[in-house]
Amino acid sequence: MTASSVRSSNSSAQDSLIRSVDRLLPLVGVLVLFGVWWLIAISGFVNPVLLPTPIATLGTLITGMLTGVMLPDFIATVLRTFSAFLMAAAVGVPIGVALGSSEKLYRSMEFLIDFFRSTPASALIPLFILFFGISDFSKVVIAAFSAFLLIVFNSAYGVINAKQSRILAAKVMGANRWRVFKDVLLLESLPQTFIGLRSGISISLVIVIVAEMFVGTEQGLGKRIIDAQQVLNVSDMYASILVTGILGYFLNMLFLLLEKRFVHWSGK
Amino acid sequence: MMINSLTSPTIAPPEHFISVQGLCKSFAGQPLYEDFNLDLPNNQLVSVFGPNGCGKSTLINMISGLIPIDRGEIWIHGKPIRRAKIGYVFQNYRDSMFPWMSAYDNIAYPLRVKGMAERDCRDRVERLIQTFNIRLDLKRYPYSFSGGQQQLVSILRALVADPEVLFLDEPFSALDFETTLFVRDKLQEIFMATGIPMLMVVHNLEEAVFLADTVLLLSKRPTHLVEAVPFTVPRPRTPDTLTSAEFIEVSRHCLEIFRQEMRK
Repeated sequence: MTASSVRSSNSSAQDSLIRSVDRLLPLVGVLVLFGVWWLIAISGFVNPVLLPTPIATLGTLITGMLTGVMLPDFIATVLRTFSAFLMAAAVGVPIGVALGSSEKLYRSMEFLIDFFRSTPASALIPLFILFFGISDFSKVVIAAFSAFLLIVFNSAYGVINAKQSRILAAKVMGANRWRVFKDVLLLESLPQTFIGLRSGISISLVIVIVAEMFVGTEQGLGKRIIDAQQVLNVSDMYASILVTGILGYFLNMLFLLLEKRFVHWSGK
Repeated sequence: MMINSLTSPTIAPPEHFISVQGLCKSFAGQPLYEDFNLDLPNNQLVSVFGPNGCGKSTLINMISGLIPIDRGEIWIHGKPIRRAKIGYVFQNYRDSMFPWMSAYDNIAYPLRVKGMAERDCRDRVERLIQTFNIRLDLKRYPYSFSGGQQQLVSILRALVADPEVLFLDEPFSALDFETTLFVRDKLQEIFMATGIPMLMVVHNLEEAVFLADTVLLLSKRPTHLVEAVPFTVPRPRTPDTLTSAEFIEVSRHCLEIFRQEMRK
């Protein structure tokens, strides 16, 4: 073994060490947050009734999940979020693609979509209660409505911004309108459609949580949070908030993974 | 008069692969082509060269039917564009290939559009690949190939349906020098093997002359044909061609005309 190869194997070991340290970087922020939280909690600045330590909160979270106390609420929220999302996607993607393929159709609907997209969906909750009552369906419908707007808008946008050169290429090879639509427009819109789907699932979660707080329900993380707050069961409140955060994070990750799988050409 | 215009397709000499008569095209009221005429002799590789903005690409896009014309007549082998089988190679392979399809599916796409049976598609693509001795794993997606390989795949896609004419819009402009040489050699090989007439827009004089039988030199707008310069060195043309007396003479002549046009 020559001196230079020793040095290079040394430096490659160093490289891999640096790389594994790099991978741990996201944890730094988490540790800082927990550290600051812990300091504030034990410093006595804040009434301990309002702010339990992170350890107590994590303990509540873990026992809550392991003993299954939180599970029914968790499952109820996940089910509502997914049914809202599925409704929105099933209706939103075809309508978005249809709108996008006709410039005139899109222009005539653009204002309506932009207006309702700018209206906070939570402002519409009372209206939806009037129409659908305080049923489970009502909570799902309002979440589906807000996800629908995001999905429609993004799918339409994806079709509108399809690469003209690919459409031309298909036409010059003899593709008729239907083939251009099926083979080019639909696939060209997929990357943007996935952005819509990903924003759709997160807005579904947001609206489901709000609806569970204010529309009234038996089970759901939103109800759990507001109930815990009402009886000052703060560690349960913080734990439930963390659960919604973790849920939202993993939903986002799930859709990023799906996107990578189905839109393998994105950004290439 | 009417009879005359009706019978003109049969009059159009079959020895021309492209025949343009009285072509007019304006953009935003500015005339780009006014009464433009062009006859390209069959079995030739013709390159188009001219100053920026003279509408080189517009010309082949009109002849290939991608852009509508205001007035005039265009015949491909004596037929209107709609009934002619054409192949078109775009400037930017990245934006003209379908990244969601494998290279194989990209090449077979024109056949599938025509409704050809899957088995026949496979045979055709196989034959094409063997003819030109192409060693690429066509199961891969286009973006996983190098630029030159991608442009080669898009040339194969344009060739697979046996076109009567092949249009190429600046086929080398998105490639680096090394891959340009590779694609240029492959293109020459394809031209020699198939004899498909080609009309190619090029933005570099050396490339315009090197492969061509005829170099079309265009003027500034409103565009007209300044001269059709023949270049008759036999194929295959090699790096030695670049230093041959005839190549230097033709290039010099083209450059002189180009300079004159720029001064006008």
